[in-house]
Amino acid sequence: MEKVTGDKAKLWIAAGALVAVIALYLFWQMGGSWQFALNLRYVKVLAILVVACCVAYSSVAFQTITHNRILTPSIMGFESVYLLIQTIVVFVYGDNTYRVLSDWGNFAISIIGMVGFAFLLYLLIYKRGKDNLYLLLLVGVVTGILFNSLSSFMQLLIDPNDFFIVQGKMFASFNKINRNLLGLASVIMLVTLYIGVRLARYLDVLALGRDQAINLGLNYNRMVQLFLALIAVLVSVSTALIGPITFLGLLVTNLTYELFRTYRHRVLITACCLVTGITLLGGQFVMERLFNLSIPVSAIINFAGGLYFMYLLLRVRKI
Amino acid sequence: MIEVKELSKQFGKKVVLDGIDVQFPKGKITSLIGSNGAGKSTLLSVISRLLAQDKGVVRVDEKDIHAYKNNVLSQRLSILKQSNHVRLKLTVRELVSFGRFPYSQDNLTAHDRQKVDTAIRFLDLQDIENTYIDELSGGQKQRAYMAMVVAQDTDYLLLDEPLNNLDMKHSVQIMKTLRRLANELGKTIIIVLHDINFASHYSDYILALKDGKVRYYDTTERIMNERVLEDIFGIPISIIEFNDKKICNYFN
Repeated sequence: MEKVTGDKAKLWIAAGALVAVIALYLFWQMGGSWQFALNLRYVKVLAILVVACCVAYSSVAFQTITHNRILTPSIMGFESVYLLIQTIVVFVYGDNTYRVLSDWGNFAISIIGMVGFAFLLYLLIYKRGKDNLYLLLLVGVVTGILFNSLSSFMQLLIDPNDFFIVQGKMFASFNKINRNLLGLASVIMLVTLYIGVRLARYLDVLALGRDQAINLGLNYNRMVQLFLALIAVLVSVSTALIGPITFLGLLVTNLTYELFRTYRHRVLITACCLVTGITLLGGQFVMERLFNLSIPVSAIINFAGGLYFMYLLLRVRKI
Repeated sequence: MIEVKELSKQFGKKVVLDGIDVQFPKGKITSLIGSNGAGKSTLLSVISRLLAQDKGVVRVDEKDIHAYKNNVLSQRLSILKQSNHVRLKLTVRELVSFGRFPYSQDNLTAHDRQKVDTAIRFLDLQDIENTYIDELSGGQKQRAYMAMVVAQDTDYLLLDEPLNNLDMKHSVQIMKTLRRLANELGKTIIIVLHDINFASHYSDYILALKDGKVRYYDTTERIMNERVLEDIFGIPISIIEFNDKKICNYFN
């Protein structure tokens, strides 16, 4: 019982820290026209919170169903799929892209494509009943490279002007948030997250492994499909909103596992959402206000996350 | 009763189970024996729906296992496989509580808690019930998983080499626990064993598999015969009688 209260206290502390960071970000040096500043800032805060929840849930759930702490949906090539889809769209429509396809239409195509990719992964890995970490990593790396090369190839063929449309989506930035999508993205995120948290108890069981999950009465294959679909939707939302941040999920999940020593996914997911929010908003605050936007926060995250990823890979034999 | 009819399973071109036809009597311990690759674990996996068969049916209480709802079947039949290594931050008590998931999911009732307590006591885990399972020795972990299956409180227990990793003391302890489960609570237990002497001492029936087929299936008394055992394992085995129990000596 003692442990549960410990976790609860930590959750409250994390929630408090997140509120503090949000307040700091919103109200720090507002200058003369505070309405203008607030109007700009709250959109960013909202977008960052949506992204944080998406990244947190998708990474924790993905690591649980694949039984590892190293791979995240981003590393497994989900984001390459997103870029490939965007490239194909521009490849097909050229500079008519924005006229032919609304933001919402584009969003829908991305979600469908990524859920499709999730099922491809499922067929490649789970259908054969092998959840081997190295096979998984290999599949992820290979599909990632394949999709990236396909994207690069198409980017070479298209008009340089059209390329700028693609380029805008290639790098994560909180400074060019797609406002049109924010409302829809928030709704999709909330609905998916609600379903996901309701199902969190099944993640607890899935973490015990396939055999135990079946023994305890779960329809294992159905569950894995379901969670992969949820993950795909959430990754689509976060990528469509701000673009790819490959190593964010890896950093925040492992930070969460260090801080919260529990197997309960309801706690882990909540904690991971808070940790991700604090990391992103805090990072954004420091970069924007203290370093005057000289480095994008995604670059820092990918740098730190990449180093940590290498560290984990080198250590993996001991896990 | 568990009934297996014309069960076949192939891995690639290798036939692992070849037309298995058996019934496992209720309230008894049946040991599966045979050399490596004879199909013991595969048979257990198919009966417990971990693996899909190519042909044949498995019936639990006269009903095809695939006709059951998942959580209903998991209240009747439980399976424990050999390798269980998780890196979760999970205490022994929390692990054992998972045994109640088919009944109450994660909202344990007073009744569930009582079952968990009983299971922990049954396997003598009281002093380590709040220890994280990744800090346990192999034997303790094995017993913790056994406790989970006991808490699941199913009529049928399928165990795949539960004595792996265990020293002699704990092996005997586990087998005695199983004996009590069968005698006192009327559980039906099917168990894969490698050590013929454990099978001889603690099981009522022995099913010997060879090359994916049922070679012998009879009471322990009648399987414990030098000629039969030599046929099953392919080595000469001499049987010594001691306190009314037969002990095999295969070190020759």
